[in-house]
Amino acid sequence: MELLIEILLELWQLVVVVALLILGYIAGSIAERRHYKSIIRREDGLGDLVVVVAKTLPPMDAAPATTLVRGSVVISVDYFKRFLARLRMVFGGRIHTYESLLDRARREAILRMQEQARDLGASMIFNMRFETSSISKGNKNAVGTVEVLAYGTAVIPRG
Amino acid sequence: MITSTLETVPDKTIREHLGIVQGSTVRAKHIGRDIMAGLKNIVGGELKGYTELLSEARDEAFARMLEQAEAKGANAVINVRFSTSSVTQGASEILAYGSAVIVE
Repeated sequence: MELLIEILLELWQLVVVVALLILGYIAGSIAERRHYKSIIRREDGLGDLVVVVAKTLPPMDAAPATTLVRGSVVISVDYFKRFLARLRMVFGGRIHTYESLLDRARREAILRMQEQARDLGASMIFNMRFETSSISKGNKNAVGTVEVLAYGTAVIPRG
Repeated sequence: MITSTLETVPDKTIREHLGIVQGSTVRAKHIGRDIMAGLKNIVGGELKGYTELLSEARDEAFARMLEQAEAKGANAVINVRFSTSSVTQGASEILAYGSAVIVE
């Protein structure tokens, strides 16, 4: 009898994990697709606001105003992808699921920085830098959640 | 106060270098405390609460840097950089630093 209860408990745990995996997979895929759609749409709109890593400004008729702008985002992978990544960590190699996480985070951070610059009437952003930090749930090796900051100097033309 | 990640301010010359100025703040970010964050760890996506938390922390670090620059009598901070480092598990330090200068 006790053995039966133990087996049932183990099974129940398995069911929970599988349910989380399925939930993570479905919700995660929908969220990612929606996020990419939004990123691409906004990137199209902000395409003329050029972001560069160069330090020297091109010659301009009137000296522009410059000011610091930044954008940041904290983003997390879903349960399913984290599970896949853990598997990957056993065999080593490329972790695709985290690549898309970081790609989304970087592009989102740039977009937010561009939006701030646009509100200031900027035409370009110079000397842009990235800063990435991992926010994990206490366990050192799990990446899972990252913060990406993009910052640079908005160049606002005068006159 | 002019702030920039560039080494110069357009159409202005640097009269005086006043040295490095910095501002920092240490914040705890215990993800387990936040129910929404826990949920987001399952379904994935942006953790808005954390984005705001870190953004506010960065604002504060930046403001502290500007205070220092003002105290030195600067009117611009150039070559500004941000840096994030984890002090212990679950807490991170957010640092903003740059060169305080007087430009004309």
